[in-house]
Amino acid sequence: MRGYRLLLRLYPASFRHEYGDEMSAIFARRLRDASNLFTRAALWIETIAEVTPNAALVHWDVLAQDLHYVARTLRRTPGFAVTAVLIVALGIGATTAAFSVTDFVLIRPLPFPEPDRLVKLWESMPGYPRVELSAPNYRDWKAAAKSFASLGVYRAAAVTMTGAGEPRRFVGSSVSAEVLPTLGVSPIIGRAFTADDDRDGAGGTVMLSYQWWQTEFGGDPNAVGQSVIFDNTPYTVIGVMPREFHFPSSDVLFWTTNRFGERDYQPSERTNNYLYAVGRLRPGVTLQQARAEMDVIAAQSMRQYPKENKDTGAVLLLLGEDVSQRSRLLLLALSGAAACVLLIACANLANLLLARALGRRRELAVRAAIGAGRERLIRQLMTESLLLAIVGGALGIAVAVVSVPLLARLVPATLPIAAAPSVDVRVLIVAAALTVVTGIAFGLAPVARAGGSPDLEGLREGSRSGGGQKERLRSALVMAEIVMSVVLLVSAGLLIRALLTVQAIDPGFEPEGVLTMRTELPMPAYGRVATREAFYARVLGEIRAMPGVTSAGYVSFLPMGSMRGGIWPVSVKGDVEAANDTRRANNVAAIRYVTPGYFEAMAIPLRRGRDMSASDSRERPFVAVVSESFVRRYWPGADPIGRHFTFAFADREVVGVVADVRFRGLERENEPQVYLSSMQVADGAITFYSPKELAVRTTTQPATLATLVPGIRAIIRQADPKLPITRVQTLSDMVDLETASRSVQVRVLSAFALTAFVLAAIGIHGLLSFAVSQRTQEIGVRMALGAQSSDILSMVLRRSAALALAGVIPGVALAYAAGRSMEALLAGVKPADTVTLAAAVGLSMLMTVLGSLAPTLRALRVDPISALRTE
Amino acid sequence: MSEIAREAETFLPLPPATFHILIALADDDRHGYAVIQDVAERTGGELKLSAGTLYRSIQRMLEQGLIVEPRERPAPHEDDERRRYYRITPLGTAVAKAEARRLTQLVKLARAAGFAPGRA
Repeated sequence: MRGYRLLLRLYPASFRHEYGDEMSAIFARRLRDASNLFTRAALWIETIAEVTPNAALVHWDVLAQDLHYVARTLRRTPGFAVTAVLIVALGIGATTAAFSVTDFVLIRPLPFPEPDRLVKLWESMPGYPRVELSAPNYRDWKAAAKSFASLGVYRAAAVTMTGAGEPRRFVGSSVSAEVLPTLGVSPIIGRAFTADDDRDGAGGTVMLSYQWWQTEFGGDPNAVGQSVIFDNTPYTVIGVMPREFHFPSSDVLFWTTNRFGERDYQPSERTNNYLYAVGRLRPGVTLQQARAEMDVIAAQSMRQYPKENKDTGAVLLLLGEDVSQRSRLLLLALSGAAACVLLIACANLANLLLARALGRRRELAVRAAIGAGRERLIRQLMTESLLLAIVGGALGIAVAVVSVPLLARLVPATLPIAAAPSVDVRVLIVAAALTVVTGIAFGLAPVARAGGSPDLEGLREGSRSGGGQKERLRSALVMAEIVMSVVLLVSAGLLIRALLTVQAIDPGFEPEGVLTMRTELPMPAYGRVATREAFYARVLGEIRAMPGVTSAGYVSFLPMGSMRGGIWPVSVKGDVEAANDTRRANNVAAIRYVTPGYFEAMAIPLRRGRDMSASDSRERPFVAVVSESFVRRYWPGADPIGRHFTFAFADREVVGVVADVRFRGLERENEPQVYLSSMQVADGAITFYSPKELAVRTTTQPATLATLVPGIRAIIRQADPKLPITRVQTLSDMVDLETASRSVQVRVLSAFALTAFVLAAIGIHGLLSFAVSQRTQEIGVRMALGAQSSDILSMVLRRSAALALAGVIPGVALAYAAGRSMEALLAGVKPADTVTLAAAVGLSMLMTVLGSLAPTLRALRVDPISALRTE
Repeated sequence: MSEIAREAETFLPLPPATFHILIALADDDRHGYAVIQDVAERTGGELKLSAGTLYRSIQRMLEQGLIVEPRERPAPHEDDERRRYYRITPLGTAVAKAEARRLTQLVKLARAAGFAPGRA
């Protein structure tokens, strides 16, 4: 019989209590009737086979009944239902969205086989912790290293593709044959590069990214074998890479081979650092072992080439950890904020349900009295909270699906993953888990109440609040909400201050009203200075004649654009030997060639001397315009005009001084800048720095700036129909892009903080309203005994002030800790920033006041007569 | 059609177990085991309701108002203290009748199609 009792435990407790005895009696009878062992065994088998499905069905019946009941009660209180669902949706939505981005960037392994053995190899120099490799160092190091199963190098590549229609510019990567096998990814169509494709003098071969294959080649499998023209040279398409393959970054459309020859390994090349190296560690070799080996190798080559490799070390990093500290912090801050929102949402819901459970004490007590078991009531309450959580969670996932693309800017473009995360199964599983945990977590509080002793007090007429213990629980929950919202308000405030600080940084030029674009001048066609000058003169002359244009100029690379490096050594003593030594961080300056009119177009203030002029030709003495920081470094306190220095293989005379420009970006350290005349260079030399980026200053309104583009395009096309025009954008947009991820982050965190603010205010409101309504009679009695409105007012306000203080003080402490941990994101703003802290505390006070307003008024309006009458 | 008959229609078609229980309770209040015995007797031992099926049906039927637990107990000599008795309600009767009508109709259709013995 005990076995049968045990079987009955499969049924819901309520059913078991109701019918368990009867069913046992029937079973006992049957057992008695069963004459022998065989029939008994048959009876047992039959019973087990019968109980299991029936128990499941009864559970289902109860669930259906509970759902029906819950739906009915929720329909009666739509305000509660909607509030609860929205709160869950906000909490789950925020957390899911934050998780999907964080997971995408930080957590999930890279989409390559055995990604934890993939490493990147860099050189390091004093002041520059990560520098690209030079080709000779790469060759030496690779030959010496035993730690790698394979090691390859790659670099950025951009080509002008000609064929049908206008020439266009595309971005890809030039790789050595080892790179794709190192990553362990094979093409889906065609073949991968072989050593032959990568040999000096080999014919051009190209592999397509899946995306480019789709957009440019229509996904045609016959694209493989076709010939395309890159920079006037034929390349054969040999393969297509898988859809998920993005390397080194998400914007790469194709891969070609490096095809290095002896010229690339010349001694002079040892200080030309432009290669990124990716390797796969040999099985059994740890990162530490590989690092130790590379240290030894780097030390050897430092001894071997004491001048070129002065202070040069080797740095080995896991490919997956190649995410910048800032991106990492940014995402962690985002996740933390989302978790705060979720916690506040849970606390709020627990409070809502607690208040509701207290309000339903009578109902629950009545139902308990007429025989509903405790288990049934608990089950019903859990059904209710889970139902609310699931509806809210579903809505939250919808919120996440919509908002994740908005967060795509937080994904660093430099990762070998797709540009934007999507809400996938992984994320959905997490969201579902969050939903269920939320439902159980906030459902537990009222259940813990309902699970208490069978309380008949609820039945008593005029029974009041549920005693001090639950009050304390609810107060603690509200306090926790205030703490979290203070943390979020302070964090958001600090980030806003940081954004404002960064936006207030003077870039050194005036971005408003300037249109920029890039016209890559193909080499060797434009290798001669005279050819380029003819082009600049014609194009700039015609553009300057356009209505609305005030000035125009060409430069090698615009500040904050695609190319932010370009650092050359400076020697002020006419010591050419020293000028070849690039191994010191404190003797380099940015090199830019400009045409006359560039400074005017950018509105870079000329501090002394003169601008570059059309007469600064190759026959004249070589001149330079330098930045103020250059003067400060080399001739502090002296007049720099007329002084000489050696730079880019020639002696230069300073003719002008301009303001410093943040060419590396608003938040980066920027080296001093040297501007050279576009004419003062040998034919075919340093063509990488030939001016190719155009800045046009106009008087046009920013909104109508784009209307000038067709005119400028026409002028360039007439000058040379083969030139691709790319990167057409306003200078303001380029500068805004600098702070784009910061702005997104500020917006996201502010949205979180605002949500927290509103939720906490709702929490305070709910708690105080409840407290006031519970104490209506007390207030009535006090008023009848002569208490003034001010007494009542101070009674309520004392309560809310106590709540606020109890929340704000730990909140500020916690916020300071949060601020400290994200100091790297704050652009110099201190975590204890008084303005931010004061504003956050002020807002929390405001939140408390807003939350307590309605309950206070209600307390003041208590009519002593009617309050006493209900007693 | 009366109100109660209209309400009865909403229960159709009836699960077989429910129909058998209603039939078993048609003429007398019975406790659970008696229902099982009665059903087995009427069907010539063909249908033996399990305890689980019985009480799950009973719980539903109580909720639906097809049966009740009467306050007054049977005559003392028949009463078994530990047992719970069930009684058919007017709604239960109406539902059973409606189901019988539905089945009759079905059988008529089946006969007309030559699926069942008897007059067409």
